[in-house]
Amino acid sequence: MKRIFNYFNSLLLAELFKGMALTMRYMFSPKYTMRYPMEHIPKSNRFRGLHALRRYANGEERCIACKLCEAVCPALAITIDSAPRESDGQRRTTRYDIDLFKCIFCGFCEESCPVDSIVETSIHEYHFEHRGENVVTKPQLLAIGDRFEADIAAARAQDAAYR
Amino acid sequence: MGEQILNQLIWPVIYILCITIPVILAVAMFVYWERKVIGWMHVRMGPNKIGPLGLLQAFADVVKLLIKEVILPTNANKFLYYLAPMLALVPALAAWAVIPFNDKLVLSNANAGLLYLLAMTSLGVYGIILAGWASNSRYALLGAMRSAAQVISYELAMGLCLVCVLVLAGSLNLTDIVHAQAGSKGILDWFWLPLLPVFVVYFISGVAETNRAPFDVAEGESEIVAGFHVEYSGSAFAIFFLAEYANMILVSFLASILFLGGWLSPFPVTWGFIGHASFFWLFIKAFMFAFMFLWFRATFPRYRYDQIMRLGWKVFIPIAIVWVLVAGCMKFYGIAGA
Repeated sequence: MKRIFNYFNSLLLAELFKGMALTMRYMFSPKYTMRYPMEHIPKSNRFRGLHALRRYANGEERCIACKLCEAVCPALAITIDSAPRESDGQRRTTRYDIDLFKCIFCGFCEESCPVDSIVETSIHEYHFEHRGENVVTKPQLLAIGDRFEADIAAARAQDAAYR
Repeated sequence: MGEQILNQLIWPVIYILCITIPVILAVAMFVYWERKVIGWMHVRMGPNKIGPLGLLQAFADVVKLLIKEVILPTNANKFLYYLAPMLALVPALAAWAVIPFNDKLVLSNANAGLLYLLAMTSLGVYGIILAGWASNSRYALLGAMRSAAQVISYELAMGLCLVCVLVLAGSLNLTDIVHAQAGSKGILDWFWLPLLPVFVVYFISGVAETNRAPFDVAEGESEIVAGFHVEYSGSAFAIFFLAEYANMILVSFLASILFLGGWLSPFPVTWGFIGHASFFWLFIKAFMFAFMFLWFRATFPRYRYDQIMRLGWKVFIPIAIVWVLVAGCMKFYGIAGA
């Protein structure tokens, strides 16, 4: 009896029609596609993207060359040299390089920083055109920080209650 | 003399262009539509960048294919290698000669139209076999062999389905076959109802005959990369593509002419414009079948090769043979047919 039932079931293409009904239903369902360059997925304020070095409101750079970030970096992506600044003898970095090929964007540098100097911004779309550009230097990091200071500060303010 | 040349040479060429150019444009839009529909069924959007809603995508693809180099593989048979795409395309376009678009509009109102169509659709397989053999590639040869066996076995089932139509219509002329389906009951007079199992078998055989999913083992990307056209590139590949899609549209038109009453309207004549038999009804029906091709492709996984053979020989041919007898009885006792 079961064999006869199965025979007619397959002869009448029952399962095939079921499958076709399914694909037809999906044809009219809303699409998941994100039109990427025009649309963006919303990002968390904790997003860890390209790095930046911040300054105080008076223009003084925050970094005091404590090298905690260099020590904590699990990928050894940060290289820092320091020396007393010539104008007032304060301890400052003379070199602050991050190798973005080594960096794993874990955010430890940001968490270890006692003066909130090194931060990870929400920038995730960038590219290199030549070999060597993957190492971002201190002036570049400071420039990124200057340019996106408003966004960085806003994201930190939103997250401040949970830190 | 001049008039004779005009009648025998110029006008036929113009008529032929009037059919082939729309067919080629239809292929371009069909490729776009296929990508759109399959995209939607995959919950994607399909092409939407080139032109409004991506409508110009197909033309961009054509331009890309035409400016690419046609690569000739080492040790390939040059003559056959270049001949094969043409052998695939010519029958696919030539078959359109006997397709009636309404009761007057047909390029060649041949009395043996159905026979001619069978011949033309079978000829297409030569292009595939030659392409597979001439490319001097194992994958191509395997694809060609599979395709040849498949097309030949499904041709039998398809031929038997056409015999059923012949029995009921009493004519090989496609225009007469459509006329035989006209009647007072409208949609119930068409041959799909008395020939329902054969109608299904015919369309599925048509899918197999054109090497489309789920019967596309001739291409079989997952095991033999692209089968018979693995070595073809640029415009030669474009011609195979064109032939395949032209064949799909042809099978759609044939299914609507043979089983769904061609240009006849499903509504009574008293309903005004939509009740009249016209051109557009044929298009709507053919479009429906063409959509089925895409729907199948988005839904079904590819058949295993032995399953294809089993389906063709052990299921479709017996059904078709039985229904030839049933159709004969229906005709004899006047239940159906003209």
